[in-house]
Amino acid sequence: MIPVAFEYVRPTTVADAVSALRSAGEDGKVLAGGQSLLPVLRLRLAAPSTVVDLGGISALRGIRLDGDWLVVGATATHAEVASSPLVATESPLLAAVARTVGDRQVRHRGTLGGSLAHADPAGDLPAAAVALDATVVVAGPSGQRAIPAREFFTDIFTTALAQDEIVAEVRFPRTPGWTARYEKFHRTAQAWAVLGVAAAVRRQNGSIAEARVALTNAGPTPVRASGVEAALAGATDLATVRAAAAHATDGTTPPSDASGSAEYRRHLAVVLTGRAVAAAAGL
Amino acid sequence: MTATLAGPEVGRRRLRKEDQRLVTGQTRWTDNLTLPGMLHLAILRSPYAHAKITRIDVSAARQAPNVVAAFSGAELDNQGVLACAWPVTEDTVLPTYLPMAVDEVRHVGEPVAVVVARDKGSAVDALDAIDIEYEPLPVVLDLEAALAPGSPLVHDSAGTNKAYHWVFDSADAGTGASVASAEAEVTVARRYVQQRLIPAFMEPRSVVVDPTGGEWTMYSATQIPHITRFLLAATTGTPEHKIRVVAPDVGGGFGGKLQITPEEWITFAVSTKVGRPVKYTETRSESLVSGHHGRAMIQDITLTAKRDGTVTGLHVKLTANMGAYMGIITPGTPLLGAFMYNAIYKFPAYRFECTGVFTNTTKTDAYRGAGRPEATYAIERIMDELAAELGLDPLEVRRRNWIRHEEFPCTTVAGLVYDSGNYEAATEKATGLLGYEALRSEQAARRASGDPVQLGIGISTYTEMCGLAPSRTLGALRYGAGGWESVTVRVLPTGKVEVVSGSTPHGQGHDTAWSQIVADQLGVPFDDVIVLHGDTRIAVKGMDTYGSRSLAIGGIAMVQAAEKVREKAKKVAAHLLEVSPNDLEWSEGAFRVKGNRDQAKTIAEVAIAVFAAHDLPEGVEPSLDSEATFDPSTFSFPHGTHLCAAEVDTETGRVTIRKYVAVDDIGKVINPLIVEGQVHGGVVQGMAQALFEDAIYDESGNLVTGSFADYLLPSAADLPEIVCDRTETPATTHPLGVKGVGEAGTIASTPAVVNAVVDALRPRGVHDIPMPLTPERVWQAASRQEGAA
Repeated sequence: MIPVAFEYVRPTTVADAVSALRSAGEDGKVLAGGQSLLPVLRLRLAAPSTVVDLGGISALRGIRLDGDWLVVGATATHAEVASSPLVATESPLLAAVARTVGDRQVRHRGTLGGSLAHADPAGDLPAAAVALDATVVVAGPSGQRAIPAREFFTDIFTTALAQDEIVAEVRFPRTPGWTARYEKFHRTAQAWAVLGVAAAVRRQNGSIAEARVALTNAGPTPVRASGVEAALAGATDLATVRAAAAHATDGTTPPSDASGSAEYRRHLAVVLTGRAVAAAAGL
Repeated sequence: MTATLAGPEVGRRRLRKEDQRLVTGQTRWTDNLTLPGMLHLAILRSPYAHAKITRIDVSAARQAPNVVAAFSGAELDNQGVLACAWPVTEDTVLPTYLPMAVDEVRHVGEPVAVVVARDKGSAVDALDAIDIEYEPLPVVLDLEAALAPGSPLVHDSAGTNKAYHWVFDSADAGTGASVASAEAEVTVARRYVQQRLIPAFMEPRSVVVDPTGGEWTMYSATQIPHITRFLLAATTGTPEHKIRVVAPDVGGGFGGKLQITPEEWITFAVSTKVGRPVKYTETRSESLVSGHHGRAMIQDITLTAKRDGTVTGLHVKLTANMGAYMGIITPGTPLLGAFMYNAIYKFPAYRFECTGVFTNTTKTDAYRGAGRPEATYAIERIMDELAAELGLDPLEVRRRNWIRHEEFPCTTVAGLVYDSGNYEAATEKATGLLGYEALRSEQAARRASGDPVQLGIGISTYTEMCGLAPSRTLGALRYGAGGWESVTVRVLPTGKVEVVSGSTPHGQGHDTAWSQIVADQLGVPFDDVIVLHGDTRIAVKGMDTYGSRSLAIGGIAMVQAAEKVREKAKKVAAHLLEVSPNDLEWSEGAFRVKGNRDQAKTIAEVAIAVFAAHDLPEGVEPSLDSEATFDPSTFSFPHGTHLCAAEVDTETGRVTIRKYVAVDDIGKVINPLIVEGQVHGGVVQGMAQALFEDAIYDESGNLVTGSFADYLLPSAADLPEIVCDRTETPATTHPLGVKGVGEAGTIASTPAVVNAVVDALRPRGVHDIPMPLTPERVWQAASRQEGAA
């Protein structure tokens, strides 16, 4: 199908992108990898007056280290994140999650910043950002500001971004030596997660010293499973992990739709949390 | 007829010669066509499942940029009607089916207005300018509610939602006893629901109509160019000889393009109105809501048997969803299964009843297998239930009832004569390939240990009737056309060969298979054969492609035509060799003098002599071209045994098919590679019904699964490797021995998969899970009934 006509802008600097968005007003849309925006345009579910393409801004690309942080540019693709040796070492959970997004084509087009800004409850990367206490750095007319991931996602398809702000980069605390697993439960290989559990653990002397767990599609925004994390501290065996996983439904308000009822999703949250943590911890 | 298959090409695993152009897209897909002056059509569709159109005004759309014309249904007064070719009973309700609604809409997606513009974007934009108001009417979606007294009516004029009631009873037909008197030591009654499916062909439907010069050429992504031409003439009053229909390369159909469509008829009418070529290509969303759907029926099955497992009677009651209108074979589709519920078994009594019902949904019609997958599903599921009831191995129950190989030919309780088959051989091969006994042991071990991942084995010993169909039989079933097929073979002066095929492929590989057969028949190289099809000016006669008929009928016509070429050529060859035709034999691809093999003439040598025509025998016309039209005397009956081993994660409900074995007996094989492709694709489509696909309407009649984000098609990543093998029991009703393979996989695999999952969970008291077996449904079945048995 053919989208409604729109103005197309392809700036080369963040400042120009922000200024283009500002002048577009409420009807402006940001194009990064286009994996969510283009289908919406083609189905005429959205008809923006202006589309601001971030693809020409080299400053938004790349993956680097900055002190205690792994910094991923907003327009780094999922494929780049998934295959980056730096990400594999410094944030194994981020790498594991990025590997599961969509299909190969989607991963080569879709971007980390785009995925976070789109804030699809069934999107995979928001859970990774929330689990890992990432910081989303956004750029707007008055410069940059940093938003903790937990505050960035405010509702279904809704973030703390102002209309004239874009995601510039995402900063993940470095977690070398941690082990991770993303349990993504989906109906077909290319389908969205019915439910997903992102888990990373740091082991010390045979027990779980620290754990980070967050759930995909268990509510309008990613759910940080703090109750599970607390119950995992010091765990050494599968029984403890399973007992801890029972807390996975805390704070969840999962949707009911054709892919699964809320009850089923709550059940999956517990089962998949147990499996994700067990796999991450090598139990 | 003496036609036979022999030679170096038949049986070879030839790569398909058409794939380079099909796979790269560098070919004549309908949407690739651009004609001079061509305009683009966009269609406004009803958002209501049932409503009166109280006001419609397209004048503002006419003023929109680049728009050439716009029409409401009433304004398109030359749109004709859409015809149903198969009124199955004398009193079948056939409501008027207008391509574009005039005053009332009866399903979401029904066309209500069109815009024609110089470019597609402008046409789509201008749809927003159409002023239309609806008065919603009560909606009926549920089959049983539609039959209840006082239900809202889809068609007021019909006075009922019941479209027809059709019965076959073996006692009346004289082919068996009455089910009412069947001995019933055991009675198993089940209700199965065949969910609604959408034939998801890869190439969306597309049509271009060129009305230049008072003649009409319709290019359409259709399976049935010949039938379309005939019906276009019959329903629009356009003289048939002024209509040419072309199906260029067509990207899949699965029955979904076995249809005459509102979109074709509208494009035809609009192009006539504006006097210019017009193109319409649907979006995928339009395809899902407007192309016909498949299955959608309730099956109430009662099986009676003796304690030893011998079945004594089968009673089938179908309630079949027609949708809102009758498509080309909507009413007949369920009846294609009527003769197949008894499957491979010797049942003494059989009764089949089918009630067709209108609802405010997209019409249903043929979808790969059409009636036969539904029949096979029901019987193969309930044979497992009988086995469970009696505590027997499901394979053993089948063995006790099936037709033994020495019993062929066998007249079934449904009145068909199965000419051949060897169910024992196919089953033995399949169980060996699966490792049946070892998996049963593993299953027992997992049950004993309470493994959260349980194992199940599913069996499907299917047969089907294909090679549709003997014209006489079709007539007896009140179908409006015949089932013959036509082929012309032409030898060009340079010895190259044109095969003109009446059956039109949409992905089956006719170009390759036909080339292999003709290469052997005429002793020419494979690459020297071209197969022409899909254009009613080139392939003038044909009945097109559906029902696994192309090879089983068209293949025979082709061999007959090639034989006629050889007969003509033989006279010329004898003349050139200065011997009597009786002194010649056809061997190793040439006419050879008996006793002096080196004295020979090839078809190519004869062809150039015929072209020059300088020295032909007296009374021989200078042409080798030959035509043959073949009408089969009966159906062909492929069969096979498919086995599925499935792992069921009882904690999540996830079903993983661990191993799938398909042993098919399709008779003689022309190209094993093509056969395996058909089996793979067919099996996957059947698995998709078992586990993934489901067309769902909400209570207002909106198609919830209106995109591929919600209508789930599995991909290779979701499915196992399929172990393919064959037994070969040639059909005996014609000399080629071929049977047909286009639908076999789809017919066989759905019950194999579902039987496997139910088998895995049977100790928990599970005896059915509605399709598709979503993880949630499987989890519910596994957990709700845990320990119940």
